[in-house]
Amino acid sequence: MRAFANLIERLILTPQKNGKLRLMQAYFRETPDPDRGYALAALTGSLDFRYAKPGLVRALVEERVDPLLFRLSYDYVGDLSETVSLIWPVPEHASANDPAPALSDVVALLDGATRATLPAIVAGMLDRLDETGRWAFLKLITGGLRIGVSARLAKIALAGLSDVPLSDIEEIWHGQKPPYEALFAWALGTGPRPANDDPAPFRPVMLAQPLGDTDLEALDANDFAAEWKWDGIRVQAVGASDKQGRPIRRLYSRTGDDISGAFPDILEALDFDGAIDGELLVMRDRAVQPFNSLQQRLNRKSVTRKMLVEFPAHIRAYDLLVAGGEDLRPLPFAERRKRLELFIDTIESDRVDLSPNVPFDTWDELATARADPICAGAAHDADAVEGVMLKRNDSIYEAGRPKGPWFKWKRDPFNVDAVLMYAQRGHGKRSSLYSDYTFGVWRKGEGGPELVPVGKAYSGFTDEELNRLDKFVRDNTVDRFGPVRAVRADAETGLVLEIAFEGLNSSTRHKSGIAMRFPRIARIRWDKPSREADTLSNLTRLLPRRKAGGTKAD
Amino acid sequence: MPIRPADLLRPTPAGLYCPPGDFFVDPVRGVERAVITHGHSDHARPGHRRALATPETLAIMASRMGAGHAQERQAIAYGECISINGVDVTLVPAGHVLGSAQVVIEWKGLRIVVSGDYKRSADPTCTGFETVKADVFVTEATFALPVFRHPPAADEIAKLMTSLQRFPERTHLVGAYSLGKAQRVIKLIRDTGYDEPVFIHGALKALCDLYEANGVSLGELRPATVNGKAREAKNDFAGKIVVGPPSAFSENWARRFADPLEGFASGWMRIRQRAKQRGIELPLVISDHADWNELTATIREVDPREVWITHGRDDALARWAELNGYAAKPLALVGYEDEGD
Repeated sequence: MRAFANLIERLILTPQKNGKLRLMQAYFRETPDPDRGYALAALTGSLDFRYAKPGLVRALVEERVDPLLFRLSYDYVGDLSETVSLIWPVPEHASANDPAPALSDVVALLDGATRATLPAIVAGMLDRLDETGRWAFLKLITGGLRIGVSARLAKIALAGLSDVPLSDIEEIWHGQKPPYEALFAWALGTGPRPANDDPAPFRPVMLAQPLGDTDLEALDANDFAAEWKWDGIRVQAVGASDKQGRPIRRLYSRTGDDISGAFPDILEALDFDGAIDGELLVMRDRAVQPFNSLQQRLNRKSVTRKMLVEFPAHIRAYDLLVAGGEDLRPLPFAERRKRLELFIDTIESDRVDLSPNVPFDTWDELATARADPICAGAAHDADAVEGVMLKRNDSIYEAGRPKGPWFKWKRDPFNVDAVLMYAQRGHGKRSSLYSDYTFGVWRKGEGGPELVPVGKAYSGFTDEELNRLDKFVRDNTVDRFGPVRAVRADAETGLVLEIAFEGLNSSTRHKSGIAMRFPRIARIRWDKPSREADTLSNLTRLLPRRKAGGTKAD
Repeated sequence: MPIRPADLLRPTPAGLYCPPGDFFVDPVRGVERAVITHGHSDHARPGHRRALATPETLAIMASRMGAGHAQERQAIAYGECISINGVDVTLVPAGHVLGSAQVVIEWKGLRIVVSGDYKRSADPTCTGFETVKADVFVTEATFALPVFRHPPAADEIAKLMTSLQRFPERTHLVGAYSLGKAQRVIKLIRDTGYDEPVFIHGALKALCDLYEANGVSLGELRPATVNGKAREAKNDFAGKIVVGPPSAFSENWARRFADPLEGFASGWMRIRQRAKQRGIELPLVISDHADWNELTATIREVDPREVWITHGRDDALARWAELNGYAAKPLALVGYEDEGD
């Protein structure tokens, strides 16, 4: 437990991806089975035991510490796990010689816990652990480590132990169970590749390269098919049956996370034997809804009946990987596409439909379609088109992002001129530079025009520009809040940033009422007077129109 | 009629004042006569007519503010008792930084101990805290919440050394306040057997020299400056330890280092969110102030009739005192902002 606790403490404080990978890999190498396996399970969210509610933890600590002193401390620290781990009085009989419990001991104890025994188990464990151990333990049992490590990053660390391809790990992942001993042996090069007995496994996803400015010149339009790139999330929907003939249905994210639990409506529709690659969308009255409708359904373990009605999920199919037990991935795309069209016809539910082809003969025709999806067949779903996908007719389905067979050709981004309002220091190499920028646009305020923040960007500039931006921030600071500086931004003085972004969503969490997707700095307008930057009303015109069958707000 | 504590010492806007002795302890503005507990800038200020302190503290003040910080300077060794207008004053080690002292004030059978800032854990760079029984104990409360329990400093330094091995291509920047903490950190690094040069920010040089002159051996220290072209010189610091005041790490100064990994040696680093917010990758929980256990144990040992709390988390310490049968009084003194941690 001590090594695991130290690991997650370092992970939470390490901003760089490479740093996190190295910390995890060092831990995986130095920690024996089964502890490292349970750690991997914790990092990938694969541990399943009775979670403790914050109220239970609080009650335990208030039996041991004066409640007023606890409250003063909690107010100061702000986080329950951290406060309790710091304040927990170590019992006098505890001896430094008692061996600290291993992570596997902790998991075993929690595994056997019942509602009645849980408080004593938690208290006993807090008595035995040191401070970092208590903190890690409390994070573990209150659910969700929240340490900035995705399941995918943990798998990348595993793959990096001895150059096993990540796609191989993803492919067998769902057949493995904690503590993953065979998986570690394989990843470290000391054992064979573990078999995957899962009847409905995840197949690693094939991704597209972004289309470069001059790529088309070298490509023949006759070699490619095109389809819309929908603005949802990429998923894999798998239907199969186990040895006893019971149906197994799963919905996987692009990175192989099993998200079935939150999509019972989709699972119901997977009445087939095969694996479909497609886009997860929210559809109401046969119309694709804006991305933030889909967001209501994402990152949840379960879903309410109300959400199922309000935000019905849908799959728009791009590709067919497996059908009736046959692996179609080695077939050319044109062949898979034919099989997909037939396959979709056999599915009863209308929650799964086919993503239509975009017909074209020349690149110019495709460019026209991309610029105007409404006329090119996307009709009323055109707002949900992010661009077009180009797929070579002869492309096999291979994991990863191979260069050549598939391209994504996104629609041109939107642009807005905004004014720099706040800047924050970056991390690592940028820790002495103000490199994260919050920008705003004008709106009518009580005392005249005022700036309202609409987004944050930290990319899109060169090192040289960064140095100049940093100097601007330091020279024009009007206030400081911890690592953040407010910069002079009024009608007379202020720096205009041309921001490129992929779209807008309405948002109740932001003062401006909008949230930008993928904002980055397109240009720094040293020349432009700040009063000439855009207004909020200009910007909100870009919000997606409400679709048929909209919410009550319509 | 027995004298009351307030006859001997009382809070005033300028700081704690002793009427019969006509002197202040750590006044926040220039006064006629000041007894100074230690050299941190919130306690040791310039402009007094007479300043009384340990020789080490006077040397620190001279180094930071120039020899003319006070018109007259009177050095008092630890344990030496002097009389100021009939009030007996003795300086006793406080264990906070080099030269730090508690002020023991005795008059007509009443004894008040002003702790100044103090700690109880071992520190190889200064004389350890000595307990003096008192009628009134005037204590600091910088870390007076039960969440603050400082781990052994050597364990924290071990984290730094492990990180240095694991990330040998990164410059390890350690933020440490220039008086006391920086020298303690360097000394603790030396105690692990590390004998490579430690690079220091220019602001630390004078005080490191002063510690050396007082018998605290810090090994080879080099200025963290670059020679020649900055870009090429970056690699000079890869895998090296650079110690500097934390404020310097957000300034241009820090750009000279290869892929810096920022650490910070402070009691505040106990709170992970604080470390994360500041972008600290390597928090080192090393404090020159007493933690909760040390504060409460010290009050029990001193066993005063009254506890006066100067600055910090006075509400929590007053609550503890109340629960444990000590009369406690927050003094709400202003002007002390724990430079030292």
